Amino acid sequence: MIHKFTLLESNIVVDVNSGAVHVFDDISFDILDYYKEYSSDEIINKLSNKYDKKEIEEALSEIDELKSKDLLYSSDPYGKYVPLVDSKAVVKALCIHISHDCNLRCKYCFASTGDFGGQRAMMSKEVGIKAIDFLIANSGSRKNLEIDFFGGEPMMNFQVVKDIVAYAREKEKRHNKNFRFTLTTNGLLLNDDNITYINENMQNVVLSIDGREDVNDKMRFRVDGKGCYKDIMPKFKQIANARNQDNYYVRGTFTRENTDFSNDVIHLADEGFKQISVEPVVAAKDTGLDLREEDLPALFLEYEKLAKEYVERRKDGKWFNFFHFMIDLTQGPCIIKRISGCGAGHEYLAITPEGDIYPCHQFVGNDKFKMGNVAQEGIDISTQNLFKNSNVYTKKECGDCWAKFYCSGGCAANSYQFHSDINIPYKVGCEMEKKRVECALWIKAHEMV
Amino acid sequence: MKHIKIINKTTLKDSLKKGGCGECQTSCQSACKTSCTVANQSCENK
Repeated sequence: MIHKFTLLESNIVVDVNSGAVHVFDDISFDILDYYKEYSSDEIINKLSNKYDKKEIEEALSEIDELKSKDLLYSSDPYGKYVPLVDSKAVVKALCIHISHDCNLRCKYCFASTGDFGGQRAMMSKEVGIKAIDFLIANSGSRKNLEIDFFGGEPMMNFQVVKDIVAYAREKEKRHNKNFRFTLTTNGLLLNDDNITYINENMQNVVLSIDGREDVNDKMRFRVDGKGCYKDIMPKFKQIANARNQDNYYVRGTFTRENTDFSNDVIHLADEGFKQISVEPVVAAKDTGLDLREEDLPALFLEYEKLAKEYVERRKDGKWFNFFHFMIDLTQGPCIIKRISGCGAGHEYLAITPEGDIYPCHQFVGNDKFKMGNVAQEGIDISTQNLFKNSNVYTKKECGDCWAKFYCSGGCAANSYQFHSDINIPYKVGCEMEKKRVECALWIKAHEMV
Repeated sequence: MKHIKIINKTTLKDSLKKGGCGECQTSCQSACKTSCTVANQSCENK
């Protein structure tokens, strides 16, 4: 299977199964429309009114060469590597909901402004310790284990964050593990002391801000309705600079109310941030904020506009990274990872303040998906297998999709929210993902040619 | 080649030889938390 597209005057061809990417001139690009169904002579006939015969023959021979080298129309040998349901699942990452309370009331919050539809609650040190023990016990031979402190707002329960980090560090050597910590914060409670602690202990920090002040403050405001931009911006700059502009993300959400989100990305870049992620809202069905099919043409233009600006800035030394444009074509994830997807529900789980286990942070609060509790032995194997057995080979819509090895089947929570089935991809999300990947490949092509 | 420029020929098939160690970062932990992209993760076993 191949995917061919023209973006900003470049003809790009992706060989889906090998992962090879090429830039074609117009002749070779046009030939691909006929290559699989017609003989060389027929193709020459069809294109002879447009191109010189000798040029068509040359281009045909180059396409033949790519095909013979398995860099075009290559086969798919991966089906047999699909994760086996009956093999024991290994847990390697936990999203620890350290606080089910928040000092913001963001309009699009999938966590119901922090409480995930339940009681506002804080995780105790005891539950946190049990979560670490649970992870170690279920991680098999995996050495690298990840903990993301999430909320609500995790800084509202910061002492327990510290307690859990200290406990995990105490345990890791004995169990031959390496813990990596991430903290996701809205920034309101950051101060010099806790910034120092965060920079010394967290491998990654995700700093929530949506971009321009008016856009941010319309969505992200305090209980009294006051926006947070002016308070958080200087703190986020401080933390990013203290980390040498690495191992962090400023992370925003865009909704139907700011479909011109490229301006928010550029705003964050203009403020000096180098690691930026601004992403489409997800769990906003029926809120009026959700992105719809009719929004896609405008969103596609935004991604293109951003890709163009991205390349210009990187060329001029004003570089920044945009999370969804970062594709490493040579040393990216292996095919096994690409088949397995995000790992939610089997290798990645979420833990609530009460110690309840869910497939991921997006499922927290949905009793149907409660898989157990860290205080008890074992977890619900049927739910774990449901997620483990959900991948690009089990999702009908993914079979013919050229982007399947880039998104790995998409987000299960998206699928569930829109179709009540984790195996039916969320179409608007898929279309945006494909556009992002096209832009990312265009950027690579532009920077490498 | 005159008509085609190969941007990347490292094939996913090569990654079968050493892939699947599972030590890489869980994609949702890195930044997104809402929209899955796996291909922008790094390999720990380069």
